Amino acid sequence: MLSQYLFFFLSFVAIVSALMVLLSKKPIHSVLYLTLTFFTLAGHYILLNAQFLAVVHIIVYAGAIMVLFLFTVMLLNLNIEGEFQKSTIMKFIAAIGGGMIFLVLIGTLKSFDVATVGNPELTQIGLVKNLGKTLYSDYLLPFELSSILFLSAMVGAVMLGKKDKQ
Amino acid sequence: MGTTIAQIQTIPLQYYILFCSALFSIGVIGVLAKRNALVIFMSVELMLNSANLLLTAFSAYRNDPAGQIFVFFIMVVAAAEVAIGLALLVVVYRSTKTIDINALNRLKW
Repeated sequence: MLSQYLFFFLSFVAIVSALMVLLSKKPIHSVLYLTLTFFTLAGHYILLNAQFLAVVHIIVYAGAIMVLFLFTVMLLNLNIEGEFQKSTIMKFIAAIGGGMIFLVLIGTLKSFDVATVGNPELTQIGLVKNLGKTLYSDYLLPFELSSILFLSAMVGAVMLGKKDKQ
Repeated sequence: MGTTIAQIQTIPLQYYILFCSALFSIGVIGVLAKRNALVIFMSVELMLNSANLLLTAFSAYRNDPAGQIFVFFIMVVAAAEVAIGLALLVVVYRSTKTIDINALNRLKW
């Protein structure tokens, strides 16, 4: 029962803070609410017994991506309240479009039966040992390719961020 | 017997699908309704994270580690995407002095 209460609590906080990302006027508040969403998602990973992913999620998202966002907001001095807004009718249309996507996803869920085999609290696949075995045997080539992707992203970011010599 | 009890007490997979679709839809609404490029990036992150959580849920319920490896790779791609995207945003801000995406409509021609 405890895990169910935890699930509902984490989901509620995640949905509310995700909505606050969109509703808050200042970009810096959006960034902070997004951090809260990421922490609740890390709680969800722990609930699913995926400890490795929970730790990586906190390190990558709360540690790296959020810092990048905060740096951009503060360095460029973008924290201006409600500077540009879409018109109300456009926001309304956007909300209807997103709601339609939600309805379609729920409709497809209704039409078929999700069969489950395991229980996440009993599986051990989320632990570092088992994931590492899979990652370094079956998925070794994608792992190495992702390091090349990171290298190219780093070079690209440095190249874009450099000032032109004129 | 203990397994059966744990099976009953555990959270249905449908709840995860419901929660992840709600999070994904919030991300879609953010991309459609906002003009601030930074907030649009954040909404994209929300969508990526909802997909990640659903992959992890399926992987945990079906006892298959491949799903969690995919989540790991999605995180790698998301980190690279944010680094490049924010660098592009800085370049755009330097040339146009704004991050309003409507200022970028000249890219159409």
